[in-house]
Amino acid sequence: MDATVERPPPTAYSSVKDVISVRRLSLKYGRGAAGLLALSDISFSVADGEFIVVVGPSGCGKSTLLKVLAGLLPQTEGEASLNGTPIKGSRRDIGVVFQSPVLFPWRSVLGNVMLPADVQGLDQARMQQRALDLLNLVGLQGFEDRYPRELSGGMQQRVGIVRALIHDPAILLMDEPFGALDAMTRETMNVELQRIWMERRKTVLFITHSTAEAVFLADRVIVMTSRPGRIGDEFAVDLPRPRKLAVMNTEAFGAYVKRVRAALNPGGGGLD
Amino acid sequence: MRRGPVSFVLRLLFIAALLGVWEWAVVFFQTPAYIVPAPSSIAYAMYNGIATNLYVGHIGATVGETLLGFVLGCALAFVLGTIVALSRTVEYYLYPIIIMFQAMPKVALVPLILVWFGLGLTSKVISAALVAFFPLMVNTIVGLRSADEDRINLMRSLSASRWQIFRMLQLPNAMPYIFAGLEIAMIFALIGAIVAELISAERGLGMLMQSMSFTMDVAGQFSILFILSILGLILNGLVTLVRRQVLFWDTSRDADANEQSATKGEVL
Repeated sequence: MDATVERPPPTAYSSVKDVISVRRLSLKYGRGAAGLLALSDISFSVADGEFIVVVGPSGCGKSTLLKVLAGLLPQTEGEASLNGTPIKGSRRDIGVVFQSPVLFPWRSVLGNVMLPADVQGLDQARMQQRALDLLNLVGLQGFEDRYPRELSGGMQQRVGIVRALIHDPAILLMDEPFGALDAMTRETMNVELQRIWMERRKTVLFITHSTAEAVFLADRVIVMTSRPGRIGDEFAVDLPRPRKLAVMNTEAFGAYVKRVRAALNPGGGGLD
Repeated sequence: MRRGPVSFVLRLLFIAALLGVWEWAVVFFQTPAYIVPAPSSIAYAMYNGIATNLYVGHIGATVGETLLGFVLGCALAFVLGTIVALSRTVEYYLYPIIIMFQAMPKVALVPLILVWFGLGLTSKVISAALVAFFPLMVNTIVGLRSADEDRINLMRSLSASRWQIFRMLQLPNAMPYIFAGLEIAMIFALIGAIVAELISAERGLGMLMQSMSFTMDVAGQFSILFILSILGLILNGLVTLVRRQVLFWDTSRDADANEQSATKGEVL
């Protein structure tokens, strides 16, 4: 299978400009023969300001990969580094957005957004101004004193995104952030996220199981296959930005989606 | 279910009817007052007690013991519960003792407490504290442990220290459980104080009840029961009032507090 997969030459991994660099990464849950190999021989790198989408079916280990990058899980083998330094535990130059908004119901919208600033002891006045600017950017101006229970699912996830941006991390890790939203809200949020990313130019690693979402958002798509999780395909998406939802109806878009599907179902994937 | 003012009036009428049947039955069966007094004689006993200023001092004593015991028991329960929740090692060694104490009817210890701490205020406060202790400790442990894994991961991804995770996540997250525990602890403290007073005391509603039982003043005893249930409601209401202020964010706050309590099967 390796022969059919295009991989960048080994030198690409040690490029100075790489913000995320993962080399021959494996992760096993449990020990010995009974252990479950969740990630097998994963290698890829992400350049500064790049929007990378990892797409794959549930259980392919993509969330595990994100947990390794966020410093929440140690890998079994291989290397992973951010900004040139190996990942050892959590760090302050990343922002993480989870599947659910993970807001604290006892904190107001502003309080939730300020959580990283509180934890990391950052300058309150400066961060508060930044929080208000970012809430403005995602269209939540005037909601800073509301509480999470008063917001819709889409608004809550926007708060989650602002919280991940507040301490100005170089890297944004997003784990299926829109998975719980209805299809229409999800598409709106994709357009929103693209706009925020184009304004703030963070390096983003975005995880999803939706092929359309992957192609719509990505500069480059990494397709993961399951059991064990490994990279099935990797390709650049060459569609002009800002992309509008209508791009999904174009032939070029369809071709990319087809390519993702082909990687996910190497045998043709038909039901017959 | 929402009900209108008509049902409210019906509810009052229902209670009035029950009292009426009670009054009628006592007269009709000529029940002696030292067995079951009629509601009218209970009301009269109550009126007499108030007129002769009989209750005030005793109510003050019982409420004082209850509140002191509540504060003492809850403070210890919170501290110990927190240590157990945060340290698996402490939990491992304390768990068998906690389980044993939990299964034990705490009021059975009250006679011993009276032997150890005398007939005055101290023994009543300790008895109230002992009974109030367990519901809060169990709820503190369960509450602190109930923090959602995603939220803990979020805090960890921000490089939060263990103390920050406790202060910013686990503690606020445990508040609904802690307040459910406090509401039960308040009523339990009252029970602890009354039981100690019934056994031996110089003052208090329990002691008053005991002395009335010697004089066969059953109507008086009923009037004290009535006062005790009003006291229980007020004390519980105090905690509920504070809870509403602190837990404004808790959407389940209007649900039955006991649903969040881990101590439903608590043995007195």
